[in-house]
Amino acid sequence: MIYLQLFLAFLQIGAFSFGGGYAAMPLIQAQVIDKYAWLSVSDFSDLVTIAEMTPGPIAINAATFVGNQMGGLLGALCATVGVVLPSCIFVTILALIYTRYRSLSLMQGVLKSLRPAVVAMIFSAGLTILLPTIFVSGTISLVAGNFKLRAFLLFAAAFFVLRKWKKISPIIVMLTCGVIELIFQLITY
Amino acid sequence: MSFPTSKRKILQKLFLSTLYLSAFTFGGGYVIITLLKRKFVDELHWIDEEEMLDFVAIAQSSPGPIAVNGAIVLGYKLAGFAGIFFAVLGAIIPPFVILSIISFFYQAFKNSFVVQALLTGMKSGVSAVILSVVFDMASGVVKGRDIVLIIVMILAFIANYFLKINVIYIILCCVLIGIVLTLLRSRKGGAR
Repeated sequence: MIYLQLFLAFLQIGAFSFGGGYAAMPLIQAQVIDKYAWLSVSDFSDLVTIAEMTPGPIAINAATFVGNQMGGLLGALCATVGVVLPSCIFVTILALIYTRYRSLSLMQGVLKSLRPAVVAMIFSAGLTILLPTIFVSGTISLVAGNFKLRAFLLFAAAFFVLRKWKKISPIIVMLTCGVIELIFQLITY
Repeated sequence: MSFPTSKRKILQKLFLSTLYLSAFTFGGGYVIITLLKRKFVDELHWIDEEEMLDFVAIAQSSPGPIAVNGAIVLGYKLAGFAGIFFAVLGAIIPPFVILSIISFFYQAFKNSFVVQALLTGMKSGVSAVILSVVFDMASGVVKGRDIVLIIVMILAFIANYFLKINVIYIILCCVLIGIVLTLLRSRKGGAR
């Protein structure tokens, strides 16, 4: 039953993605690629790219996209409801605790220990996208023909620009990368 | 304070605000929270500044997208459960509609030469964006100089990337570590 599976998979993504935004990425990867194989690694990196280019949280974008691909609009609805339901429950409970005790110190202590793990897991999910982008085989091996020089140079240039000029919108950086690649392909076509 | 007495008006404003912000805000949850503050604190004066800071803390402490969490806590405060419903609805409609349209055309999209080339180049860009965010977050952890947290970060990476341990177990494990650490440290602080 695909609708129930979508709902439950995204319920877990919603319930365990602490720290917002990118924190959902490793969980989406775990459910959608590793567990259910609903998307390939290549589709997943397309999805993250599209999510980055459109408004809205990555988790909701992913729920709508994967739900639509696997079960049409109803699938998208099940996945999206799944992903926001834990938020509704947790936030309401925390708001109640907060109005009663005026303190969330235990919760914030927990979050503090969670943050390093979230960073590590986002890094890991980032590598899942980066490696197939710059290596044909998707793994680090410097065999001739495996290394995509142009993709690597684009990545390095984008990284440099993002570090050097922090005010530049990531969307502009990404779009520029896309346009440069398009121009290259048109020239060599 | 010009807090409207009609609940319908509150719900309407809430829904339209989260809808609008969600449709036009790129750049993640924190941007949306800032804009929600500008709307409801600075412009409408429905909630005060200090309360908003607490709302942000609650939104951050809960799992799930920060923008949605922020909308929920705001909705709850302004109009109870009906407020939650309309705030969430407003926050998810724009990404839902946009991604449904993209998803519908995705196969045709993927086979187009231009889109394919753009996506290929943009993947280099998105990798750089993600790794740049990771760089900032990781240096934040290292600069905190809490050796336990730095070890947690390294172990979590090894567990996730090399050992392929399910992220949910890693998170649960860190929640436990966090509870123990907080209780130990608060006891130590209390004894002093």
